[in-house]
Amino acid sequence: MTSPGKVLLQAEEIRRALSRIAHEIVEHNRGAEDIVLVGIQARGAPLARRLANSIETLESIVVPVGRLDITLYRDDLEREHFRPNVRETQIPVDLTEKNVVLVDDVLYTGRTIRAAMDAVMDYGRPRTIQLAVLIDRGHRELPIRADYVGKNVPTSRAEEIELHLLETDGKDEIILVPTPEGAV
Amino acid sequence: MPLERKDLLDLDDFSSEEITLLLETTAAMTEILSRPIRRVPTLRGKTIVNMFYEASTRTRSSFELAAKNLSADLVNVSASQSSVEKGESLIDTMRTLQALGADMLVMRHWEAGAPYLAASWLHASVINAGDGWHAHPSQALLDLYTVQERRGAIEGLKLVIVGDILHSRVARSNLWGFGKMGARVVLCGPPTLVTPDILGIAENLPWVTISYDLDEAIADADVVMMLRLQRERMASGLLPSLREYAARFGLTQKRMRRARPNALIMHPGPMNQGVEITPELAYSEQAVIEDQVANGVAVRMAIFYLLAGTSERIA
Repeated sequence: MTSPGKVLLQAEEIRRALSRIAHEIVEHNRGAEDIVLVGIQARGAPLARRLANSIETLESIVVPVGRLDITLYRDDLEREHFRPNVRETQIPVDLTEKNVVLVDDVLYTGRTIRAAMDAVMDYGRPRTIQLAVLIDRGHRELPIRADYVGKNVPTSRAEEIELHLLETDGKDEIILVPTPEGAV
Repeated sequence: MPLERKDLLDLDDFSSEEITLLLETTAAMTEILSRPIRRVPTLRGKTIVNMFYEASTRTRSSFELAAKNLSADLVNVSASQSSVEKGESLIDTMRTLQALGADMLVMRHWEAGAPYLAASWLHASVINAGDGWHAHPSQALLDLYTVQERRGAIEGLKLVIVGDILHSRVARSNLWGFGKMGARVVLCGPPTLVTPDILGIAENLPWVTISYDLDEAIADADVVMMLRLQRERMASGLLPSLREYAARFGLTQKRMRRARPNALIMHPGPMNQGVEITPELAYSEQAVIEDQVANGVAVRMAIFYLLAGTSERIA
């Protein structure tokens, strides 16, 4: 018996949240001149692309978009039962003196973002690194916070957030589900 | 899918899925080599021992760079043949390495099977960097990657391996690697260097055929892999003369025209230019010999990444 879970955001709400984040990024950086959006693989990459499209419409400017795989920077490879596949990283411009906005789907412990910041630093010395996430679910283990948040969702560690995106899963939807161990 | 094995000894027992995983991981590693800082912290705190019982420049330095790019600690041990006895002392050396806390061992040995012995004794992962005439799996993987990068896929291609098949671990590992990925392999050389054990391999593996005539073998080839001819083969009477060998089995422009128009030319190095290959072909558009060397580092990074920690997980 699997519970369908609770829908946190529907397609229309995801669209609005991303649109608001795009406005906030432009406002915070006083324009879009030196912005580079970097999506964290896998779900962050399509989100970064969508944010770039919104910003391009707002500002009539082309925003460089990269994708970053953080597998080789993880701090838990020793603990994992499996070795995760290394996916593509593609950074189209030199990041030195740019305002880099990291984009991810869910902010949780903060360890992925720590790894992503280390990776970004290997491509140059950005002026700033900012963080945009669709969901902040709490339970941070590192001193990291997001600059742009789609929705704050209080969760228990025994729950999982399932994100479905048009690009990868055929529809936009975010669902909160109990994990098998956490299920009653 | 993870790689559920501790060691890389040869490709004969690899599935095509496992080889595909290695090649996909290699593609991700090539991106690191294009960055301003070619180093990731993945294997920080891991110790890799490079143990070469046989001379090698390119393979040893390729493994060394791969280890350093992943931030592993590297120890180079060049064991000279004279100071090491066979059998028991190899096991003694393994015990010492175990006690020193090596996580992975890269081993080249003049004796076929030596890395298998090491793998059975060591808790650490063992990577075969060439054992006797038997196997050289990391070379086969970089050859596969180089062809796939140029052609998109291996399946359906015709590979011709030319020269001293008998003494070639590169040929033996490649016939497994290319075969598993769906290519046809033709082994071509003089009868003295394509001996009964090679004929036995060809009988058992449906994708392998034998030819003693390069002009015939090269027809419609997609990839032509020339092997290095070692000059001591003349002294031992296996070949009459270099000139005769070059005339019958050397790769020339005239012969190359019989292959497919955009066929690739490979060589594991070091080359005898003017013997197995003409200099014009070695530096031609079709030659991917320098790509092979460059891809070697990325392939070995992929091997280290996928094998690291497997010994704990499997045990």
